[in-house]
Amino acid sequence: MSLELKNVEKKIGIETHIYPTSIKLEKNTINVLLGSTLAGKTTLMQIMAGLDKPTSGEIWFNGENVTGKQVQKRNVSMVYQQFINYPSFTVFENIASPLKITGVNSDEIKERVGKVAELLKLSAMLNKKPDELSGGQQQRTALARALVKDSDLILLDEPLANLDFKLREELREELPKLFEDRECIVVYATTEPSDALMIGGNTATILEGKIIQYGKTLDVYNKPENLTSAKVFSDPPMNIAEISKSGDTCKLTDNSVQWKSNVKIKDGNYKIGIRPHNITTYKEGNNTVEINGKVLISELSGSESLIHFTNGSLNWVSLSNGIQQKNIGENTKLFMNVDEFLYFDENNRLVNHG
Amino acid sequence: MNKTINQKAWFFVVPVFVLVAFNAAIPLMTVVNYSFQETFGNNVFAWEGTRWFKQILLSERFHDALGRQIAFTFIILLIQIPLGIGIALTMPKKGWGVPVCLILMSMPLLIPWNVVGAMWNIFALPDIGFLGYSLNAIGFDFNFTQQPGDAWFTTILMDVWHWTSLVVLLSYAGLNSIQPAYYQAAEIDGASRWATFRYIELPKMKKVLTLAILLRFMDSFMIYTEPFVLTGGGPGNATAFLSIDLVKMALGQFDLGPAAAMSLIYFFIVLLVCWVFYSLMMKNEVKS
Repeated sequence: MSLELKNVEKKIGIETHIYPTSIKLEKNTINVLLGSTLAGKTTLMQIMAGLDKPTSGEIWFNGENVTGKQVQKRNVSMVYQQFINYPSFTVFENIASPLKITGVNSDEIKERVGKVAELLKLSAMLNKKPDELSGGQQQRTALARALVKDSDLILLDEPLANLDFKLREELREELPKLFEDRECIVVYATTEPSDALMIGGNTATILEGKIIQYGKTLDVYNKPENLTSAKVFSDPPMNIAEISKSGDTCKLTDNSVQWKSNVKIKDGNYKIGIRPHNITTYKEGNNTVEINGKVLISELSGSESLIHFTNGSLNWVSLSNGIQQKNIGENTKLFMNVDEFLYFDENNRLVNHG
Repeated sequence: MNKTINQKAWFFVVPVFVLVAFNAAIPLMTVVNYSFQETFGNNVFAWEGTRWFKQILLSERFHDALGRQIAFTFIILLIQIPLGIGIALTMPKKGWGVPVCLILMSMPLLIPWNVVGAMWNIFALPDIGFLGYSLNAIGFDFNFTQQPGDAWFTTILMDVWHWTSLVVLLSYAGLNSIQPAYYQAAEIDGASRWATFRYIELPKMKKVLTLAILLRFMDSFMIYTEPFVLTGGGPGNATAFLSIDLVKMALGQFDLGPAAAMSLIYFFIVLLVCWVFYSLMMKNEVKS
């Protein structure tokens, strides 16, 4: 089982929504589409499902060309950001609806709905209407409807975006388990890098209608092919600075910070990308370099402290563990973990591959 | 906590009291006054108790008018609600067609009621009206000024023409508030067009449709101007709905007592139906 997009392009009028894209998703994988709002995630999913036709290019499923095949004839299910259920049906009827339409007998429906409802902790609510449920339960019902069908392709379009924080965390933990023993391809769209990391599987970083990079989630995170992919897969945003390297000495172009590095790249000018959690108020890792800065904003969340600071010409974001109380305008010393720096060449390609 | 005593508040409340008193309470009480008394002019009144109410409630004339009124309201609801939903479903959802359709739809609603009556009167005249003449030309014996059936047909057609737009606009607003994801979900399920309508669109339109039915019920139950101009209640009493009959009694025959009693009965019927409807609506609301 596999889903392959071959040179798929989508234009609406003169506007290009998806630039020619090729990607192959293998069976029993969870694939995260990671990108900001309007990056083209939803369009891409609708093309995958057959809800929308590509302007050019082909979609192949299991070695069959399914471009233009109606969505009803494909075995697909989809869960949306909004909680989409039939308003006048009970939870049971909602979950059973895709089975009823395909003519499954009522005993089997009962059994399958029961199973899925238990999996999603909906057993006690089967006789309620969607309006009587909390947001989390409504979305669970929508998920159950998607799962009960044994689809070949399950598309989840930001399913957790409308839930409040607690429910989100809870459902996010359960999601990967739900798909564990299923013979299907799962595609999960999200704007949050942390979602991708938590779900694992594969990740495609997307920006402005283009897939920037596709691979195992951790690989994409640890070794972004280029600066764009690294930026998409970083929240809070990645710090980027221009540096020059000569011998084993690297320094920021404004000479404010200097460090020794053993990366094997030619001397010259580069850009470095530093994830916020690699700049901390305490030393972390074997190889750190100090940076002096003036605090601009400091946000405490309890378990983490986000400190924005400036060292003159550049603004930086740092993320430290615990509560690190800093006052605005205070001069402070922070430590950057040199081993975690990502170096990019003039074409913004990553040059220090592990 | 100490409350500040401020008599200035009266300054804001009194105008409302006066306004409500003059435009609702006092006129209504006058009617109540008439309904329990007999008057011979010159401000001479004689107490009659509930006589007029008994007389109206037992009179065949009132029963007939009420029967005609219920039949009329029932028929126009039966036509306008499904027709309105149907038109709303076929209206475009985006593009230049939207403003065009919306403007066309609001046109009948903007025309003054007696103009609508006059328009249809001329339109349906068998000798010079386009509708009347055409119907006769293709072989129907159509004359709304003389045949009760034709008068009903014309009155209903006029009301449908005038008011279906309201149902259309309300339904259209209801339909537009349904997120596209619902239609996609139905498509993925393989739901038929009918199932999509029955299980997604209709439940999602429930609130606006309840409102549409309530508005159309009230308006049609109190209809006066248009049939008055169109048929004047005739031929005979064929299209004399409650309000037309009421005016005939009050101003034509100058039977102020019975007319006042009839007004109150009429008022309570409308109030009762609206109250029942509203509480049913609210009951569903609380349940969900």
